[in-house]
Order: sequence, then structure tokens, then C-alpha cells
Amino acid sequence: MEVVRRYARSPAAVFGIVLLVAVVAMAASAGWLFPRDPLSLAGRPLIWPFQNPRFPLGTDNSGRDIAAQIFYGARISLLIGLVATAIAIAIGIVIGALAGFYGGTVDTVLMRVTEAFQTLPNFLLLLVLVAVFGSTLTTVTIAIGVVSWPAPARLTRAEFLSLRNREFVQAAQTLGLKDAKLIFGEILPNALPSVIVYASVVMAVAILLESALAFLKLSDPNVASWGNLIGLGRDVLRVQWYVSAIPGIAILVTVLAVSLVGQGLNDALNPRLKGR
Amino acid sequence: MRLLSLVGRRLAASIPTLLLILIGLFLLLQFAPGDTVDAMMAQMGGGDAATAKSLREFYGLDLSVSAQLGNYLWRLARFDLGFSSIYGKPVLTVIAERLPATLLLMGAALSFAFFFGLVFGVIAARGVNKWPDTLISTLGLIFYATPSFWFGLMAIVVFSIYLQWLPAGGLEDITVMQTGLWRTLDIARHLILPTLTLGLIYLAIYLRIMRASMLEVLNLDFVRTARAKGLDDTRVVIKHVLRNALLPMVTLIGLQAGTMLGGSVVVESVFSLPGLGRLAYESVVQRDLNTLLGIVFASALVVIAVNLAVDIAYARLDPRITTGV
Repeated sequence: MEVVRRYARSPAAVFGIVLLVAVVAMAASAGWLFPRDPLSLAGRPLIWPFQNPRFPLGTDNSGRDIAAQIFYGARISLLIGLVATAIAIAIGIVIGALAGFYGGTVDTVLMRVTEAFQTLPNFLLLLVLVAVFGSTLTTVTIAIGVVSWPAPARLTRAEFLSLRNREFVQAAQTLGLKDAKLIFGEILPNALPSVIVYASVVMAVAILLESALAFLKLSDPNVASWGNLIGLGRDVLRVQWYVSAIPGIAILVTVLAVSLVGQGLNDALNPRLKGR
Repeated sequence: MRLLSLVGRRLAASIPTLLLILIGLFLLLQFAPGDTVDAMMAQMGGGDAATAKSLREFYGLDLSVSAQLGNYLWRLARFDLGFSSIYGKPVLTVIAERLPATLLLMGAALSFAFFFGLVFGVIAARGVNKWPDTLISTLGLIFYATPSFWFGLMAIVVFSIYLQWLPAGGLEDITVMQTGLWRTLDIARHLILPTLTLGLIYLAIYLRIMRASMLEVLNLDFVRTARAKGLDDTRVVIKHVLRNALLPMVTLIGLQAGTMLGGSVVVESVFSLPGLGRLAYESVVQRDLNTLLGIVFASALVVIAVNLAVDIAYARLDPRITTGV
């Protein structure tokens, strides 16, 4: 409750949660407001926004409803963002926990692998993964998760290093707890808050990565993704720039919402570090 | 001398990382549907199985995976990146042609982001929680959330299509032959929008880190001492605070080098710049895995080089570093 109160005190954090709720509401109401397939032809191509009441945001190059694509796109962005983040955080926690808990050779080997992943430009690795495994919704989501774990892993490791030798851990160890119990039952719950806060950064980046991939026409072409629409609008950018402009604003709002909520959570959970 | 040993140590430490990357990627690409020969056959417009077999023998693709890996690493050690079947040139040549544009773009974007991040970060920190700080921090948040390719497209709409101030793409005007200073100016004009587009998100990150780091250093004892000596505020900030507050910024350059290279893939595609990122995109679309692997190798080298430069800069800023690990 204390956390909620502290969170609510920051106007930026409240604004963030309002935006996020709005995006979630868009995703939830998409099927109800636009029962037709968002990728089906709906009307004349390239109608400007606010011209035809049937298409409040206009239509794209091939006559598909932009508003419908924006609403369904919210589903795709949130879905990819959440699942990819969950994958990245899960891998990061396991690797970081093992490295931080055992230290020594395990730490060296795991950190070498992490370093290798960080030396590779993540978008380039994403391109390689998509080139090898194809670009369906599932592979793209997993690929984004796989390129995003090093930072959470480093964070988890740092938390584990600082918690590893605390008295409560030593006490639990003396009681004869198994390593797995120590890692997941004792240390992880204490390391989790900062990792969860960091998840908002991972999610923001994941959404941006997917949209960039879709913009390059390397993501799943069979789903209504904001990035796809921006890529499509590029062909008519010279005159009908709104086709690209509208989905871009949707991405901006979503990423902004996720970052603001993350920052708000951070300030609420670690009040001493406020303003950092 | 100490610096030299630091450089040597760092380079030696990066070799296992590089090996790990190369082996991992090589094994990963074994999963790719189709190999170089398939790509070549497609280019030639098909061919019979016997030709394919002899080509595979010629390129050593009929060997076991471990033998191929060994061959590959041995060729890499001699800087032989293989042959690009799509471009009909050695991969090394293709990359060498494309690398300068990317390095230019990265350097420009990094300088832009670093300089303005520093300036805005200092302004925000000095008026913390007053309106300049609020404005700068809000803009930073928005820049951070802006997809770079979208910003690039919108910049093209505004500056190239409506205002017609700046070119919409390309590295230079190829309709007129230019030399010397005019050519430099022309390239600079072409790079303004790509630099802004690529640098925007880093500007947001840098200004945020600079602000936090300034706030932290401003509260340290030696700053109070400097103030107590009677130094004016500007002097304190420039001579005492800045140098210490810069350390996290410099660290960030190393960490961001890889992401920036990745970002240039998108930006180069938006502005059709003939760079490494665009090459990566083309080789993915055309399934030229040899080139793709070469690009990954080259960009890993770039990232390692940037990190080395960062380490040296770090040692210059903080002499305690070289004596440590």
C-alpha cells in the first residue's frame, strides 16, 4: 500500500499508467470494435483521416482500415513485448543467479558468454536469427527474447553478489538448505524487485526491436503490426505521410507508457534513489 | 607503458569472446535452410544435382560440420572472409566498401549525442526540478520512446519533401562530380538527418545519465571544498565536477557501441546509405549467409575497438584505473 501511495504521488508515473491502460484497452477492445479482419480490404485506398466517418484514421495503400490496424497492432506489440521480456528475464535470472551464486569458473564461463552476446550488436543478431529460423510471430518473439537477456543477467548477478554473503543467506545455508532452495527461495526474492523494474526497460526495447524488424519487412507479414504499417506507408510517404505517421505515434505512446511506469515503480520501490 | 599493458590485456581478453561469437554463429547458420551453393544455383537460374555436388566439394561444404568450422576459423585467422555469391566479390572487399559510411554515421551520431547529452544534462542538473530540467527530462523521455526509423521518415517528410532543405537519402549527390571541400560539404549535408535519427535515442540516454551523474558529484565533499575556496559556479562545474561526472558517460559509449551498429541497420535503410547495416539487411533478404557472417565478424571487431578506445579514454580521465585490474 505504501508503494502504491508513493507511486501515485508522481504525476509522470500516473500519466504513464493512464497511457498504458489506454493501450491495453485498445488491445482488448479491438475484436469488439473491429470485428472484421484488420488486414482485409475495407474501402477505397488512401483516404485521409477525418474524411470518411467509416474510417476515422483513413485507409492505407491497399484500402485497409488504419484504425483497425492500430487497435489490433496494440495486441501484437503488447504480446511480443510481454512474452519476449518474460523470456529475456527468465534466461537472465538463471544465468545471472548461477554466475553470482557459484562464482569461480561458473561465473567466468557464463560472463564470457554474456560478454559475447553484448559484443554482438543485438539487432544484427536478431537479423541472423530471423534469417535462419524464419519470421513467424513465434520465432520473432523468441528471437527478441534471446537477444535481450544479457543486461538482466548482469543485473541479477550483481544483486546476487551483494546478497550472497549476507547473514540471512549464511544462516539458511547453515540450516542445510539445498543450493536450489537458497537461490530461488532466499536470494532471488530479494533480488527480484530491481530485476522487475528493469523489465520495463527490456519491454520498451523489445517493442522497438519488433517494430524496427517489421518496418524492414522481416517480421511476420500476416499480423497487423504497427511496424508493418509504417513500412507500408513508406511507399506513399511523399504525399500520404499519415499512413506512416499514425502507427509511429502509437509505438511512441506505448514505449513512453512502459518507460514511465517502470520509472515510477523504481522510484516507489527505491525511494532513496528517487530522481536518478 | 602502463597504458600499453592495459591495451594488451584487453585485447587478449577479447580473443575468447570473439572465438565464442564466431563458433556460435557458425553453428547457428548450420540450421539455416539452404547453403551458399543453393544461393548460387538460384542466381545462375538453377542447375543439375551434379553441378551442385561439385560446387559443394569445391567450397568444402561436403565436409563434416567440425571440419568446416575448423576451415572457417583458419581462413578467418588469415582475414579471408570467403566469397559473396550475391555481389560476386570477396566478402572482405564488399565490407571494406561499406564500412566507411557506417563509421562516419556512427561517429557523427555519437558526437552529436555525447555533446548535446552533456550540455543538456549539465543544464538540467544545475536547475534541478525547475522548468529547464522538467522540459529537458520530458523531451528526453519522448526521444527515448521514439522509434528511430519513424523519426527518420517524419524528418524526410518535413525537411526534404515540404521544406526541401535537405536531401532525402544517399551519401552524396552523384549527378554532379564533386571534389575536395565541396564533396565533404555535400556528404555532411546528406548526413545531417541520418545523424539526428540515429543519435536521438542516445541523446536521451546520455542526457539522463549526465544529469544523474552531475547531481551525484555535485554533492561530494571536494565540490564543497572548491566552493568554499571561493571558486565561482562555472569554474566549479567545468574544472571539478565535469571530469568526474564524465566517467559514466564514457562507460556508456562502450556499452552502446553494439546497439548503435544495430541501429544503423535501420537508419541506413531509411536513408538508403551505402553502409554496413544496409549490407546486413540486403544479405539477410538475399540469404547471402557468407556475407552476413562476415558483417557480424566485422561489427564485433568494431565493438571491441570502440571498447578499447573507451578503456584508454577512461584511463586518461581516471588514472586509478590502470593500476587496478
